[in-house]
Amino acid sequence: MALLEVEDLTVRFYTEDGVVKATNNLSYRIEAGEHFGVVGESGAGKSVSSLAIMRLIEDPGVIESGEIRFKGQNLLELSAEEMRTIRGNEIAMIFQDAETALNPAYTVGEQIAEAVRHHMDLDDAAARDRAIEMLDSVGIPDAAERYSDYPHQFSGGMQQRAVIAMALSCDPDLIIADEPTTALDVTIEAQILELLEEVSETFDTAIQLITHDLGVVAEFCDRVMVMYAGHPVEIAAVDDLYYNPQHPYTVGLMSSIPRIGDTRDRLQTIPGRMPDLIENPPGCNFHPRCPYAEDVCARREPPLVNVETGDPADPINSDSQSAACLEHTGDLLEGLDYQVTVRGTDESTGDAASTDGGVSDE
Amino acid sequence: MSQQGTLHRPMGVSLMSSKEPLLRVEGLKKYYEAENDFLSQLLGRSKTVKAVDGVSLEIGEGETFGLVGESGCGKSTIGRTILQLEEPTAGSVYFRGQDITKLSSEELRNLRTEMQVIFQNPHSSLNPRLTVNDIIGEAFEIHDIGTESERDTRIKELLERVGLNASHANRYPHEFSGGQLQRIGIARALAVDPDFIVCDEPVSALDVSVQAQILNLLEDLQAEFGISYLFIAHDLSVVEHIADRIAVMYLGEIAEYGTPEELFTPPQHPYTEALLSAIPEADPRWDGNRIILEGTVPSPINPPSGCKFHTRCPKVIPPAGYALEQDEWRAILSLRTRIDNGNIPLDQFSGDIATAIREEYDIPDTIPADVDRILSEALEAVAVDDFERASSMLDKELETPCAVHNPAIRSTANGQVACHLFDDRYADGTVYPETTREAN
Amino acid sequence: MAPTTPERTTERGRIRISGFDPDVVASREPLSSWTPELEATEGKGRLEYAWERFKRNRLALFGTGVIVFMVLLAVFARPIELPDSLPVLAGQVIQPFSLAPVSPGTQDLINAHNPPTLENLAAWPPSPLGIFGTDWAGRDLFSRVIYGGRWSLSIGFIAVAVALFIGIPLGSIAGYYGGKIDEAIMRVVDMLYAFPFIVLAIAVIAILGRGYWELVLALVAVGWLPYARIIRGEILSVKENEYVAAAKALGATDRMIIIRHILPNAMAPVIVQATLSVGTIVLAAAALGFIGLGLSPASAEWGVMLNVEQDSIARGRWWAGVFPGLAIFTFVMAINLLGDGVRDAFDPQGDRTGSGGMR
Repeated sequence: MALLEVEDLTVRFYTEDGVVKATNNLSYRIEAGEHFGVVGESGAGKSVSSLAIMRLIEDPGVIESGEIRFKGQNLLELSAEEMRTIRGNEIAMIFQDAETALNPAYTVGEQIAEAVRHHMDLDDAAARDRAIEMLDSVGIPDAAERYSDYPHQFSGGMQQRAVIAMALSCDPDLIIADEPTTALDVTIEAQILELLEEVSETFDTAIQLITHDLGVVAEFCDRVMVMYAGHPVEIAAVDDLYYNPQHPYTVGLMSSIPRIGDTRDRLQTIPGRMPDLIENPPGCNFHPRCPYAEDVCARREPPLVNVETGDPADPINSDSQSAACLEHTGDLLEGLDYQVTVRGTDESTGDAASTDGGVSDE
Repeated sequence: MSQQGTLHRPMGVSLMSSKEPLLRVEGLKKYYEAENDFLSQLLGRSKTVKAVDGVSLEIGEGETFGLVGESGCGKSTIGRTILQLEEPTAGSVYFRGQDITKLSSEELRNLRTEMQVIFQNPHSSLNPRLTVNDIIGEAFEIHDIGTESERDTRIKELLERVGLNASHANRYPHEFSGGQLQRIGIARALAVDPDFIVCDEPVSALDVSVQAQILNLLEDLQAEFGISYLFIAHDLSVVEHIADRIAVMYLGEIAEYGTPEELFTPPQHPYTEALLSAIPEADPRWDGNRIILEGTVPSPINPPSGCKFHTRCPKVIPPAGYALEQDEWRAILSLRTRIDNGNIPLDQFSGDIATAIREEYDIPDTIPADVDRILSEALEAVAVDDFERASSMLDKELETPCAVHNPAIRSTANGQVACHLFDDRYADGTVYPETTREAN
Repeated sequence: MAPTTPERTTERGRIRISGFDPDVVASREPLSSWTPELEATEGKGRLEYAWERFKRNRLALFGTGVIVFMVLLAVFARPIELPDSLPVLAGQVIQPFSLAPVSPGTQDLINAHNPPTLENLAAWPPSPLGIFGTDWAGRDLFSRVIYGGRWSLSIGFIAVAVALFIGIPLGSIAGYYGGKIDEAIMRVVDMLYAFPFIVLAIAVIAILGRGYWELVLALVAVGWLPYARIIRGEILSVKENEYVAAAKALGATDRMIIIRHILPNAMAPVIVQATLSVGTIVLAAAALGFIGLGLSPASAEWGVMLNVEQDSIARGRWWAGVFPGLAIFTFVMAINLLGDGVRDAFDPQGDRTGSGGMR
């Protein structure tokens, strides 16, 4: 049994403008100590899925269906009280904006100590010691001194460290990090990623990292889920995703990032923009932007399937690469025509034409 | 406007030399008053933030000049100061050979049709109460260009040119997505047909796929209209892609200039090297050597002496005459910065304070005996709370050119670098008397 | 997990993906009728959205209705004639309606039905004759209350308008230019704020004497302070927006920037405050009237009416105090409902039409 299993999670927001289909039949799992990446552009439903795990979806949002099993226990069936003990104690969250995650009216140390007291049943002195220890372990120099500093006296990177310290203070098994480095400079980002890496190794903490940065994913994650318009479009081991992407959207994303050392004059783009999740395109959500789309794409919604066999994917029990594109169910006439070339090697993976043989017709 | 000027100019006699670049910035400085409250002003206690501290650069016709650096390094201030949105504290900005810092407000207003700006945040850079039509048309109104119907036609043209539907001219900004808003911002800048555009982080608020669209659009516009860009960004990979030449900034100064090729071929400024190594590579098999810089950028209110990067630099020149390894020297230097700032909480230590400090701040045991002696002496002074003596002792005994002289920009095989490592005079770590130090 | 142990590299930019050609999308026929929608459907400004939200707020609409009703009552209480000082049109009637049964300053109600004796002059309780009864002097309370709205309401609206007229420019200048000008204006504001509202108003009346415009002036003397403060604070944040820098970069003048870019985006909280303070001003005018510093004791201003009937309840004439008091209460209540509605309408929290209701 995996640490976290999300099955068929569907979240809707009932707004004045219509029903926002934030996530649709989302399934994935995270093993203990694993780094799981969730990638997508803004509005793809990445953050909603993580808020759902914490049961922090607020009105007008509703978790319509699905199960979120944490250590085998369905979080959606817990009482509010039970859920509170899970939050922070077993699952912690790190947000993009560390500054707003800290209360400006209390010192950083007090806030961590408060979290410790709340979850670990320690007295004040012990909580204080634990808080200083945590600040120290996330690389804040002079932790004892800085215990009594207010958040505004910390730099952005230090604030994010403090937030991580707070998340770690109760020794959680899963940390959900929602764009934890997006607001930071690259040199600080490198520090924070290194810290997260260290932390997860020492405490065997699993991390669900939500980001739009393909560089961060490549560096940090073991497995990745790519989301588009509230749907998971590809789930794969990180190496497969980069060297052998199987969904046109992933391919488009990969080819639109500027890479250092790449001599292309123009970047490839994905034309148009993502639908607003209220009125999605019929069939495959990506078809209006997809250069490989055919008539069938506008009619049939592609299921998430194992790219090798074409069978319905089972992201909870299997590690195989899966993608939601009709190519892999054998419905595309022309196929996906793209190449992944790696400079300095003869390796040319990911040409979908070559994987065609592996697709079985059902 | 400028073309009219050239028409009446006698053949062969050019007002500016053919070498004069479109834009030349010389010794630009911009200082702000920090803590600008009434009381501290009264007590003469106001502090200056040196946001930009002596920057020179040149941008040619049709060129894209990239300016990169971390937040707070002053890169956006340079853009705003060049546009005269903020008055420079010192220095000159020459546009087509004319010093625009000396222009009257009327002359400056006319110049605004030649220099434009695109901002980072598409949501805050467009007035939410105006329609797209009004936003783009504002330039025509200000400069009294064209008739009503001419304006309308031009606005439609501009919208189509930046890839938007011309029929959306009567809509309000909140109806568009971020990428579309950024296109509107570009159309507004293009309305006056400028020769030079400051792009202040134009894509950092956008999603990757939209970012690529905007970068391509900017490149297309440059090819079509011959516009020069000052492209300000914190993302080196974006700048590397779009810029012809790049300047790397640190704490209000330029650390290194070069073409992308030069910049990414070693050797470079240690800061560039660290910045570059920190960029996550979108390749899971990439295993490059990552240089993690210590701490954060120091405050521009009280920047470090000498080379501003020396407090974090992983390659500081060790003092002459000692056999110090880089990591030993780095540890000592960091401790010294603490001592200089009086930043050692003595009450936190118990037992032998000197030993405790060595332990707390990770001073290696391997440092040579002669250095160790100096350090011990200094720590004794610290133990009795005499930071000043400790500080001056360390400064005198363990002197490095990096902490004393501010490096000037020097040409190297790969671009221009402001670092003593590339200055042979400092190769052995000896600090020579004032030779290259710039007035600070 | 990967099938093969991948070789590591220190080289950047090795992976290149080719063949993803966006031009194909542009050149082919759309595969479905679906088109990407704009974020909202109609070309509507924020004001229109605010109005739509306001329309949905029933309490606010009720408040607005009450206010309109009271204003109409006041206007049509008695005929309005042009003053005699006008040369040609003197004495012309421009509003012939008369909702109040009798003139508010006379004892006509009693005179019409009874021979005027001293006994009859005493206050009458509410009766079919005069549904609010009469005051101590035998004047019809119903007529006085609806006619009195002319004083109370006009003071409220005029004082707020004049206060806005002073507060907004001063606050705008302070906020936009900053520095010494800001310092000077805001210290004056701080100083005036240091006085209790009523004390300052009393001081002004003590100097100027009693009267309608004197009362307005006394209320304005302190009434402009909050607007100056609010608009300054708003401008400080609005002027940091990049569209202000963009307008400067286009060569716009300061005046243009303030009027076109800053004020429209800084006005919402001022409008809310102004709406709410119409009620406060009416209350303050009534309070001044009550302590005898408002209009003349003979006028039908609601506060003054309460003043002259101070001891009426003790003497058993409850109606003489209750009806003017109710009028004040109803109006202030309605204004507050309206003000809250305006605030909710401008509140971006309720705005789901912008960047969407989800994170």
